[in-house]
Amino acid sequence: MPTKVIVDCSTGETSIVELTAEEVADLETARLAAEDQRKAEEAEAAAKAEAKAALLDKLGITEDEAKLLLS
Amino acid sequence: MPATYTLISSNVLSSSAASVTFSAIPATYTDLVVKLSLRGDAGGSSNYYTIVLNSNTGNVYSSTRVFGNGSTASSDREATGNPRFAVSQGMPGASATSNTFSNDEIYLPSYTVSANKPISQFVVQENNDTTAYIQAQAHLFHSTATVSSILLTAASNFVSGSSFYLYGISNA
Repeated sequence: MPTKVIVDCSTGETSIVELTAEEVADLETARLAAEDQRKAEEAEAAAKAEAKAALLDKLGITEDEAKLLLS
Repeated sequence: MPATYTLISSNVLSSSAASVTFSAIPATYTDLVVKLSLRGDAGGSSNYYTIVLNSNTGNVYSSTRVFGNGSTASSDREATGNPRFAVSQGMPGASATSNTFSNDEIYLPSYTVSANKPISQFVVQENNDTTAYIQAQAHLFHSTATVSSILLTAASNFVSGSSFYLYGISNA
């Protein structure tokens, strides 16, 4: 069973507690949402990189040459 | 490091844990700083985690962030209020280089003042690969309450060796 760690700053005591079934379910929901967000971000980054490469190809210049133009 | 830095509490995980909470944070400092070195066990080279303050899961969290991964830079904003802060990039995940951890700092100025709380965060991922994230975030906690607890929850688990340090700063 997954656990949670609680650090009580007033006493300095640390406790390790097993998650309840409800907390495990909440964690799974959050994990799936996070996974969806990660995939969306990776897809967006890939699309940007692809668009950049296509534009460079269309212009007939390399990335270094593009950087030189913008410097 | 200023002499006014005081370690309030810390924890270095000896086994994986889904979340870590700093509770009963004293209201005797001016600012708080959380220093983290984290790694997750969810899939992917970079994992997500969330931050909840004062156990408040109302839609009181908004963030603006910029991030880059070595080839692409981007920015976005969660403006309408969310039930938690999301730190979506920067913590090494299961497929990141073995035994690598993030370098992560959260700064909470004036955490006892009765006003909304602006919070800054900087995360750098360690990963011996072509892709590794750096991320800066400007958070806003839409609450006038003193921050008395900080809950960090991993997408799956924070792995053993992840470290959590909470400092108080006086007279910042």
